[in-house]
Amino acid sequence: MTTFLQLTVNGAGRGAVYALLALGFVVIFRATGVVNFAHGSLVLLGGYVVFATRDPLGYFGAAAAGILAAAAGALLIERMLISRTRLAEPIALALLTIGVDVIVLEEIVRRLGTDLPFLNAPFGEAVIRLGGVAVLREQLVALVVGTVIIVAFFLAFRYTGWGLSMRAQAENREASALMGIRNSRVTASAWLVAGALAGVAVLFLATQDFSGAGLSRATHALALVAFPAAIIGGLDSTAGAVLGGLVVGLTEAYSAEYISFDFSKSAVYLVMLIVLVVVPSGIFGTREVHRV
Amino acid sequence: MSRQWRRMLPARRVAWLVAVLVLLAVPLYVSSSWLRVGEFVMIGAVGAIGLTLLTGQAGQLSLGTPFFMLVGGTAYCVLAGRSTGLTDGDLVSLGWPPLLAVVAAVLIAAGFGLAFAPVAGRVEGIYLAVATLSLVYLGLYLGQSLSQLTGGTSSGRTPEALSVFGFGLTDDEPEISLLGVPMRDEERMWYLFLAFTVVAYLLAQGAIKGRPGRSWRAVRDNSAAAGVMGVPVARVRAEVFAISSAYAGLAGVMTVHWFGLLKADESEFSGSWSITVAIGFLAMVIIGGMGSVPGAVLGACVVNGLPLVLQLLLPQSSLLRGLLSGDAGFTPVVLTAFVYGAAIILVVLFEPGGLAALGRRAAKTVSSSKSTPQKASVT
Repeated sequence: MTTFLQLTVNGAGRGAVYALLALGFVVIFRATGVVNFAHGSLVLLGGYVVFATRDPLGYFGAAAAGILAAAAGALLIERMLISRTRLAEPIALALLTIGVDVIVLEEIVRRLGTDLPFLNAPFGEAVIRLGGVAVLREQLVALVVGTVIIVAFFLAFRYTGWGLSMRAQAENREASALMGIRNSRVTASAWLVAGALAGVAVLFLATQDFSGAGLSRATHALALVAFPAAIIGGLDSTAGAVLGGLVVGLTEAYSAEYISFDFSKSAVYLVMLIVLVVVPSGIFGTREVHRV
Repeated sequence: MSRQWRRMLPARRVAWLVAVLVLLAVPLYVSSSWLRVGEFVMIGAVGAIGLTLLTGQAGQLSLGTPFFMLVGGTAYCVLAGRSTGLTDGDLVSLGWPPLLAVVAAVLIAAGFGLAFAPVAGRVEGIYLAVATLSLVYLGLYLGQSLSQLTGGTSSGRTPEALSVFGFGLTDDEPEISLLGVPMRDEERMWYLFLAFTVVAYLLAQGAIKGRPGRSWRAVRDNSAAAGVMGVPVARVRAEVFAISSAYAGLAGVMTVHWFGLLKADESEFSGSWSITVAIGFLAMVIIGGMGSVPGAVLGACVVNGLPLVLQLLLPQSSLLRGLLSGDAGFTPVVLTAFVYGAAIILVVLFEPGGLAALGRRAAKTVSSSKSTPQKASVT
C-alpha cells in the first residue's frame, strides 16, 4: 500500500509536468489549429539557455532566462511562419513545425556536444517522508509548482480579458474578429504562453530524479509525451490536457513498477491508443461533425 | 502498365529507357562505396513510395513506417534464418528459402498494417499521426523484449544471404563477372534493390492511375462524399494502410541486408527503427510532393542520400572538411537535418506540391518554349 501511495505521489508529480507541456500544446491548438510538433524543441531551447546562463546568473536567474527564451522561440515561430500561412491546411502547418523541430533539435544537440547537463535546482536532492511515504523533493516541487501554474492559468483563462478573447476566438474566429478581438495578438499570446509553459517544464524534465538523463535528445523525446497527454484529454480541451498529463504520469509510474521499466514508455502510448479507439477525439475533446 | 507505356510521348519513352540503362550500367563504373549510397537511397525510395500512397493519396498521416520496417526485417531474418547451433544461442530460425521469406515478410508487414486498421479507420489526420507514433514505441519495446526474434540490442542477428537457386543476390557466391567487372556483393545488391524499387515504383504508379488511386483520393478529399458515392471508406482505408505497410516491410528487408545486420533499437530517438527515421520518411514525402511517386524517390535522394554523399566527399573537398570537421560537431547527419528541415519549411510556405510540382512546371516551360503554342492537352 505504501508503494502504491508513493507511486501515486511520484506519478502525480510527473503528471503535473506533463500537464504543463500538454496545456501549452492545447493552447496553441485552440488558438491556431496547429498541432505543434516543435514543442519538444521549445523545451530543449529553454533548457539550453538555462544551461548556458547558469554560471553568470545563478539558478533562478537562469531559469527565468530559459522560460523567456522558450517563450520568445515560440513567438518567433508564430510570427515568422505560422502567421504568414493563415490559409494553409492544418496538416501542412503541422508539417511546417516538424521542419522547425528538426532544425532546432539538431542545432541544440550539436551545441551541447558531449555535455549532458542536469538542470537540478541548487537545493540538492533529498527524500521527504510524509507518514511512511517517501517522496523525492524534486517531484514534490514539480507537483506544487505545476499545480500553482495550472491553477493560475485556469483563473486567467476564466476571469481575465485575455482568457475571454482566447475562448471567443477558439469558438469562432471571424465572429470574434468582428467583435473587436485582435486575432493576431491573441494567437501570438497563445504561443508565448505555451512556450513559457514548456520552459518551466524543462526545469523538471532534465533532472536526475525525473528522467535520470541530462539535457539531450532524450529530453526532446520525453517531451513528446505531450502528444499522448493532450490527445487522451482531447486536443481542444484545456481541462483535458491536465487530466491527460496526470493519466500519463500515473501510467508511467505504475507500469514501471508493476510491469517493467522498459514497458513504461510504451504503456503510455497503449493507453492513448485505447482511448483513441473508444473515444476518437479524446475524453473531453469536441467530436467532429461531418457535413456533406 | 503497357497501356500507359503506349500512351506515353516518344520523348518520355526515350528518357525512361535511358534512365533505366544508366541505372543498369552504374555498377560497371562506380565503386562499391558509392553503390552503397544508391542502395540506401533505394531503401528510402521504397518506404517513401509506400508512405506517399498512404499520406499523399489517401490523406492518412503516418509516423509508423519504421515499425513496419522492423516487422519486415525481423520476419525475413526469422523465416530465412538457418540455425547453426553454435553461435546464435536461442534465436528462432525457420530455414525457409530466402526469396519465399522476402515475400512472406512483406505479407506479414501488410498483415500488421491490417491489424492496425481498426485504429486507422477510426481516427483521422493528426490524431492518426500520433496514434502511429505509438507503433514506434511498441516496436522499441517488442524489439528489445523479443530478442530471440530480433537478436536484441547488443549483438543483433545476421540476416541470411538472399539467393535464388544457389545464385547469391547479396553475396559473392558463385563468382561471376559482367563485361570484365567482377560482380561482388555490392554490385549484386544494387541490381536486387533496383529490381525491388522498379517494381515498387510501377505498382504504385499503376495503383494511382487506376481504380484504387481514385478511391484513395475520394476518401482523402471527402470521406463522407466518397461513402455516398459507393466507396467502402473503412475498407479502402484499411487497404491502403496494409499496402503502405507492405512497402515499409520491403524497405525493412532491404535495410537488414544493407547493414548485414538486424538489431533492435536502444532508444526511441536513435537507430534504424526510431522516431528520427519516421520523421525522415515524412520529410521525403513532403519535400518530394505529397502523393507523387517520383517525388518520393527525389525526397529519398535528399534525406537518405545527402548524409552519405557528404561523408564520401569529405576526404576530397577541403571546403567540406573545413565545414564539417572540428569541435563544432557539424556532422553530415546534422547538415542534412538542416537541409531537409529547411526544405520542409520552404515547401510548405512556397510550393505545397514539393519537388514534383517544380518538376512539372519546369517541364511545361521547356515544352511550351520549344513547340508552337497548342491547346492544353488533357491529362
